[in-house]
Amino acid sequence: MTATATAPRTVVPQQMRESFIDTVTAALDTDPRPAVVLADISADNFVQAAARHPERVVNVGIREQLMIGVAGGLALTGMRPVVHTYAPFLVERPFEQVKLDLGHQDVGAVLVSVGASYDGAGMGRTHMAPGDVALLDTLPGWTVHVPGHAAEVPALLGPALRSDDRVYLRLSTRGNAAARPVGQGLVVVRAGSARSRGVVVAVGPMLDRVLAATAGMDVTVGYLATVRPFDRVGLNAAAAAAGHADVMIVEPYLSGTSAHEVGEALSDRRHRQLCLGVPRGSELRGYGTPDDHDRAHGLDAAGIAAAARDFFPE
Amino acid sequence: MPTKTFSRYADLPALIGLMTGDEKHRAAAESTLDVLWVLYDRVLDVSPERADDPGRDRFLLSKGHGPAAYYAVLAAKGFLDVPTLRRWAEFDSPLGHHPDRVLVPGAEIGSGSLGHGLGLGLGTALGLRAQGRPEPRVVVLLGDAELDEGSNHEAIAVAGRFGLDNLTAVVIDNRSASLGWPGGIADRFSREGWAARSTVARDHTALHEALTAPHHGRPLAVVARVNPKEW
Repeated sequence: MTATATAPRTVVPQQMRESFIDTVTAALDTDPRPAVVLADISADNFVQAAARHPERVVNVGIREQLMIGVAGGLALTGMRPVVHTYAPFLVERPFEQVKLDLGHQDVGAVLVSVGASYDGAGMGRTHMAPGDVALLDTLPGWTVHVPGHAAEVPALLGPALRSDDRVYLRLSTRGNAAARPVGQGLVVVRAGSARSRGVVVAVGPMLDRVLAATAGMDVTVGYLATVRPFDRVGLNAAAAAAGHADVMIVEPYLSGTSAHEVGEALSDRRHRQLCLGVPRGSELRGYGTPDDHDRAHGLDAAGIAAAARDFFPE
Repeated sequence: MPTKTFSRYADLPALIGLMTGDEKHRAAAESTLDVLWVLYDRVLDVSPERADDPGRDRFLLSKGHGPAAYYAVLAAKGFLDVPTLRRWAEFDSPLGHHPDRVLVPGAEIGSGSLGHGLGLGLGTALGLRAQGRPEPRVVVLLGDAELDEGSNHEAIAVAGRFGLDNLTAVVIDNRSASLGWPGGIADRFSREGWAARSTVARDHTALHEALTAPHHGRPLAVVARVNPKEW
């Protein structure tokens, strides 16, 4: 793999936040239930929606605990709260509110984050949240969507707005060249042969990198935009159809976040598994660009290719 | 003997006694007793038959510890069967040391960890307003020590700015906040645009007046003083 084949060509800029804003703004006009709760972030983008629906677009200022509490209260009255800010301020800062004001009250909301793991790399650790999905995964009953293309956002968000579930939609400025089918579990993008070396699961924005990294390898590549609930049945079937029940999962957040799900999916067969993601061992004190962080974490195409060669020996 | 139906204020100690085993015991749990009684007996538009009526008032017990008085009032008002009280805190009892809204008939929220009720109440008030229901009141009961939690101050500021007059905070003040509230608790609310009143919890008439006096365009805070915590 040459340097020119790494990150830039396998990461395509995405307008997921814009897609989210358009989808929710349209839903406010047609459905009486949604109510948007903001803590200043993106408030400018909801000005027109707020003018039309002043009681259903609520900006509480920079108060993230209250943002989730308000969402819980809205849901208790039968409304459908949509709560949005940067990932660390949406999930990590008000985590007890997420646990108690939503889950323990037995009500739902749609939490929509931007920033992903390190979209704002230049802003440093305070604006990074590679642990958001792992943290939410300590709570029961959450659906977690990790789209890899802006066009996937409406397809994931629409049903979420119409349900009462607890849903986390994790948006990123980075993703894949093409939208893929979402809302149906593991989608096989490239099937390996019956003697293939195993299965690679690419979560959301990681797909194009995974495809580039495994080009020429006899493996099945599957795409996953919804990681909770995890499609254990789909992964089991893909592993059963492969030559070896060896699974490498590549996630754009904390390494091993879905390790236990892969283990459950393959509990009926001897298997090996490798989890790629943002390493847990130490805090990376670097700024720069998301590409820099991908390289440092081994999550660019070159890094993924090296890991795949080691995990799937000839 | 208490009346057969256990529906009077005078019956509440006996109902609490079914849980604690000591009807003379007056611990922190009962600092809320007078406020709860006045609310459920004279202020709130709630009943067991209207538990799912979207037009009902909402009472949110934010200070979820020491809920014996709350359960006693719910029993006196028919939300709970009296025999249920005897099994308080058993594994399969709906009544624990902190209330769970999924398990307790009539409980609008589950609480225990301090500082969650006022934000939930603010959201409830906003939700009712957005659905064109200005009539139902949302009343949140807190403790003075609970105000230590910063989450309350996020809610106090925003409720005041939004002028949420369908929201009422009742703060039981037994002076248990470790570092105190210089200037008094009511001042914290009135500075943020609330109509704030202080009264003595034992005086049911004064409490009723404080809870029902007009406060147009402002959320209402009622600070109900009780004796400092006795153990």
